[in-house]
Amino acid sequence: MRPEQGTLISRAQAMAALLELLTDQPLIVCNGFPSREVQKIADRPTHFYMIGSMGNAPAIALGVALAKPEKQVVTFDGDGNVLMSMGTLATIGALRPKNFIHVVFDNEVYGTTGNQPTISNVVALDKVAKSAGYVNVERVLDRDDLVYEFKDILKKDGPSLLLIKVNEFAEDAGRVVLDPPDITKRFMKAIE
Amino acid sequence: MIESDAFVQAMQDMGVNFFTGVPDSILGGIIAELMDRRLYTPAVREDEAVAMAAGAYMGGKIPAVLMQNSGLGTSLNTLISLNMIYRQPCILIVSWRGQGGKDAPEHLVMGEVMPQFLETMKIPHRTLTEKTAVEDFKWVAETFMKQRIPVALIITKGVVKGLHP
Repeated sequence: MRPEQGTLISRAQAMAALLELLTDQPLIVCNGFPSREVQKIADRPTHFYMIGSMGNAPAIALGVALAKPEKQVVTFDGDGNVLMSMGTLATIGALRPKNFIHVVFDNEVYGTTGNQPTISNVVALDKVAKSAGYVNVERVLDRDDLVYEFKDILKKDGPSLLLIKVNEFAEDAGRVVLDPPDITKRFMKAIE
Repeated sequence: MIESDAFVQAMQDMGVNFFTGVPDSILGGIIAELMDRRLYTPAVREDEAVAMAAGAYMGGKIPAVLMQNSGLGTSLNTLISLNMIYRQPCILIVSWRGQGGKDAPEHLVMGEVMPQFLETMKIPHRTLTEKTAVEDFKWVAETFMKQRIPVALIITKGVVKGLHP
């Protein structure tokens, strides 16, 4: 167990707090448990749930952000996902889309496949984002800080990254229920 | 030989309004023209470019991704588990390195298997020639609209004017 493990909130608790602060922003959620949990906590047509293509959530969100510069675009990502496509942090940092918000739930494990360790316990992904050129970068450990920082990020020009250290607990959430082509259609209509 | 500006104009006339990708020498002239027109968003990996194009498509754009054929390997999972499964179309503009076995060693295997590779992935593809260019572009536009999956336009060396003629 990590030293701070006992005090950390779960990813689902963190997600619930963030989803309360979001309204109709396009939200791209990475594959695995995160998509399933968001679907369970608050399903909205502005959500794009991924079931595969691990590592691609921020790139998809970047495409949406560039196509829709008037909308704030949010992506929910994980540490394993970020590590898989760390180059995308550089692409985003270099392009500096003002309307881009990257939330990373960092539990230091590949949770969906059985909690094998990632390397985010030694590689500080928030520092990588900062070096890559993200304008606002915050790292939080508890719910109060998370709400405070996310409210602040929503008011600022990005790109922003909020890294939330969470515990390994995964919510009992079923698989993504919508068919993928219907997710595409629903999302496109909702963000038109 | 097709001029790079004519190629880009044909893509724009087709409605394509979002371009990303990773460079190749064969595509150098096209990318230079796209940058001149401020239409190009550079990516660092081909799978990232494909995912960015998918996002742009969902945001209302008609996207194209430029890449060397080695990038088909890099972006394979995204093409299959994002574009194919979610029905998100994009136009892949792929340079055919290693065609006919005449290229640097790193291009020879992909150069040889690329057509079968695209067929296995069920990606409709067509190789651009100067003589058939009008029909080629028309085919790309129609396939894109009808099938809602990635469609590949293959560019061989010398068909579109590069940076170094």
